[in-house]
Amino acid sequence: MTTATSVHEPAASLTGARRVRPRRGRGFRPAPRRTPYTFVAPAVLLFVAVFLVPLGYTVYLSTQKTQVSGLGLGAGARKQVAAGFSNYGTVFGDGEFWQSVLRAVIYGCILIPIMLGLATLFALVLDAQRVRFQRFGRLAIFLPYAVPTLIGSMIWGMMYLPAFSPINSTLHALFGIQGINFFGQRIVFLSVANIGVWGGTGFNMMVLYTSLRSLPQEAYEAARLDGANERQIALRIKLPMIRPAVIMTAIFSTIATLQVFNEPYAIHQISYGGVSTTWTPLMTVYRDTYTANNIYLGAAESIVIAVMMFVLSAAVLRITNRQIFGGEAK
Amino acid sequence: MKFPRSAKAAACALAATALVAGCSSSGSPASSASSNQKVTLTFWSWVPNMQKIVNVWNASHPDIQIKFTEAAGGDAELAKLLTAGKAKDMPDIAQIEYQSLPTMVSNNYLADISSSDNSLKSDYPAGLWSQVSLGTSALYGVPQDAAPLAFFYRKDIFKKYNLAVPTTWAQYATEAAQLHKDDPSIYMGDTAATDAGLFAGLTQQAGAQWWSASGSTWSVGIDSAASQKVASYWGGLVQSGAVDSQTAWTASWDKSFSDGEYASWVSAVWAPGDLSSSAANTSGDWAMAELPQWTAGQHVSGAWGGSATSVTADSKYPQQAAQFIAWLNQSTQGTSLLASDGSIYPASLAAESSSSLPAQTFMGQSDFYALAKQYSSQVVAATWGPDVPVAYSKFSDAFASTVKTSYGYLAGLTAMQSAVVTDMKSAGFTVSGS
Repeated sequence: MTTATSVHEPAASLTGARRVRPRRGRGFRPAPRRTPYTFVAPAVLLFVAVFLVPLGYTVYLSTQKTQVSGLGLGAGARKQVAAGFSNYGTVFGDGEFWQSVLRAVIYGCILIPIMLGLATLFALVLDAQRVRFQRFGRLAIFLPYAVPTLIGSMIWGMMYLPAFSPINSTLHALFGIQGINFFGQRIVFLSVANIGVWGGTGFNMMVLYTSLRSLPQEAYEAARLDGANERQIALRIKLPMIRPAVIMTAIFSTIATLQVFNEPYAIHQISYGGVSTTWTPLMTVYRDTYTANNIYLGAAESIVIAVMMFVLSAAVLRITNRQIFGGEAK
Repeated sequence: MKFPRSAKAAACALAATALVAGCSSSGSPASSASSNQKVTLTFWSWVPNMQKIVNVWNASHPDIQIKFTEAAGGDAELAKLLTAGKAKDMPDIAQIEYQSLPTMVSNNYLADISSSDNSLKSDYPAGLWSQVSLGTSALYGVPQDAAPLAFFYRKDIFKKYNLAVPTTWAQYATEAAQLHKDDPSIYMGDTAATDAGLFAGLTQQAGAQWWSASGSTWSVGIDSAASQKVASYWGGLVQSGAVDSQTAWTASWDKSFSDGEYASWVSAVWAPGDLSSSAANTSGDWAMAELPQWTAGQHVSGAWGGSATSVTADSKYPQQAAQFIAWLNQSTQGTSLLASDGSIYPASLAAESSSSLPAQTFMGQSDFYALAKQYSSQVVAATWGPDVPVAYSKFSDAFASTVKTSYGYLAGLTAMQSAVVTDMKSAGFTVSGS
């Protein structure tokens, strides 16, 4: 606040605002107005260099296309020409792309409730009094997050493979169930979401747990004096108070869902068939850009995904904000 | 702050590209390349033990040093090359499968080395030479290996169940059904319709021309009668349970070979190199025979892969690179190293007819190279189109995710045909038919 005020003071004096301010001696001049710009310059430069320029270039690429002449085999037979918005037309008319978006939505509907539910549960349990092995529990739940997703996915992929699956052999030994195909058209959603839950729960739990630890202890004390038990304290006091953190993890998870790539891509390599090359939106972008060598279509798809993601996170933020204010008004 | 993550990813990718471009492949000065100047050339390939072969060259050629990077495999390397090509950062030399050459040439990513290596022409089968020249006067690489399809079978299993080596596909189908009935734990093999390259080779044998060019017009014949015949055949076998539906190239597929669940493998002459690593315990149990035929008495084959070594358009020293390529693929020393360490069947005619080829240790079959030469001469010539990756990636989705039946495979063919035609038309190719 103090820096903000001092920045605005010279401006106020120039506009002739009548205010009594301590004089800073003869010859005092307002600080040059360059200073604030100098302070924000690094951030702005970085923002322009690593965000706006690439974004602009992607938009530019999305309006281009390849034009081939003849058989397309000699030198110079392939040119880059302006395509207007035809790539976007292709994206909007591409059933495969929208199916991949739908799959990402289904994946998110499975992943987010389970992952955040577990994260909240673990955070509340670890925060409760008289829980043993707190440190160990925290570390054990957090550890999968430290495993690179690609490696985690490959480990899970091997566990899903029929010939190796310890899950299948255990089920067979205990209940006589055999031959679950983890790469089946429907089960594969659960198989992939399971990897996401395994890898993501720990991180979200840490976020929620940290915000639980920062809550004032007085509220619990008052509740205990009123005769509330640990479960009531968890559900009626702790949970409402960490709502902002829950919302934040929900937004992060929503964004991550549309972007999911590593897990299904690793499973694609292993399963061949259960997860197609265009299973999620980013896999479709990858396929079109690198495998099919159509960077222009890939750029258009990226922009469409980016816009969807922006709208989606804005919507989630707006809905959850309203809920918070609604809760406060009561 | 809510930034579109894909844009962030794009930014990162851009930054990464810039970094990669910074440490450019050949750190040598851009001055004109005189013949006795020391140069370092980068080289991508996935031939097993290529580093050993490169070491031999490096020891005797102090002025042309090769820096080798192992690539994951044909498709993965092609995707990397296409990306590196945009950043003008391709390696000097790259192994490229025959079916991918038109894609690379169409993007103008390969150097014409006809001035350096055209003299080698007489040492290669005409069919393979047309793959690297694309029927023009240019030369986009030197053929490295020939990969005719062949039938690999387990001698012990065939003997145990009294099976004859099938000479026709009809016989293969009958024996496959019989074998699985006699012993449900064993299959004749896997469905040949999970790898695009193998499936393409089998349709080639049946007479399909997936692409053909005439004048400045392309024709796409992926969904042709010949392909449909092959698709229905394998679809029927999987549907009836006579062959295994498992996907090729997975860890459990490897395990099926090492556990002896498969009595045979429809593959190409490079198969021993692959089996020796995935099913080393079966060494000496295998034999190679001619690919079963559609019509009894015929001797026709297709190809599964096979590669050339090419100089990319980004190389500053195409002449030196061409020298290395000629040594690798044509000299006696190079080809015998390729055969012994790389487990491939060299394309050079001199290598094929020389007795210097090392014995095939995994197979223990004394006439292995003689047979390979015979099958190689039976391969039907193929023309590859400029967007093979589109076809192959569509294949992996269409054939793997459908219900594995004749009907499903036929629908897969139709999907492939339409994906390829759509892609070519959108790029501005003139495509006739359909």
